[in-house]
Amino acid sequence: MSQAAVHSAVEPAETPLTPDSWGKLGMWIFLAGDAVGFGTLLAAYGMMRATSGDWPNPYAVLGINLTALMTFLLICSSVTMVKGLEWLGKGDRSKCKMFLFLTALGGAIFVSLQAYEWTHLIHRGLHINGNPWGASLFGTTFFLVTGFHGLHVTGGVIYLLAILRYVTNRPEPRASYNAVEIVGLYWHFVDLVWIMVFTFMYLI
Amino acid sequence: MASAEHKHPNYMAIFWYLAILTVVEIAVIYAPLAKLTIGVLLCALALGKAVLVAMYFMHLRFETRTLGMVAITPLAIATLLVFLLLPDGFAVAKRTTGAKAAVSAPAKP
Repeated sequence: MSQAAVHSAVEPAETPLTPDSWGKLGMWIFLAGDAVGFGTLLAAYGMMRATSGDWPNPYAVLGINLTALMTFLLICSSVTMVKGLEWLGKGDRSKCKMFLFLTALGGAIFVSLQAYEWTHLIHRGLHINGNPWGASLFGTTFFLVTGFHGLHVTGGVIYLLAILRYVTNRPEPRASYNAVEIVGLYWHFVDLVWIMVFTFMYLI
Repeated sequence: MASAEHKHPNYMAIFWYLAILTVVEIAVIYAPLAKLTIGVLLCALALGKAVLVAMYFMHLRFETRTLGMVAITPLAIATLLVFLLLPDGFAVAKRTTGAKAAVSAPAKP
């Protein structure tokens, strides 16, 4: 017993894992794995593009005005997410629920705009196996990477709505703090990945 | 850390940084610079935004070292992946651009 007390006194910097932080650790490990998945997709994209002779100029072909708006929307939804957590920390459940709803709404609008963008591009001839501007892999990688991200946003919206319900049903507002923080981690990760996708697939 | 809430940073300041960096990114692609310079600038700006999101929105700055290690792992793997792919990239680029030169002066075995 005293041995354990001595041991914990030796390393005060690292707090031990508690049941509350297991979920957070689990989400971080999941996100690390997911980040490798996205990293691999982007690396493959970079590789194909670098070795292709006729890769189209993305920002000239795709048009970045709408995408810039989508980027801004996702950043805004990240802010509403942290605001929701902040209000829950202060014990204000209704404000937290409002901000969680706004976050989910931002995600839903993002996916809708992406669907609109895809439709528009498909009508202009951008297909998964070819396009009028150059290398056919341009379309393949575009739909694969933005689609994989869009799927994450869709999943995130469902996750957020489930947590919204969870917050509503807890008897005490603070009891759901950990769950809201964890959904926040996922949501900010999706935002972070979009920052990378937007840079590599649209701007460069 | 557990359920003890950490201090909330000034989220609106982070939001403005992110918004400004996004505007700068879009300005950079129209700047009269070399393509490579633009690429490097865009990568740096994206990395800056990603760090802001991870540190403040995901609270990594206020977390334990364990979570920091978990978060940094994919970055290390991604860096490794780039270096693993580079030789192949150079080989293909050499084959496609050097094809014409190879006809008149074949490379030594």
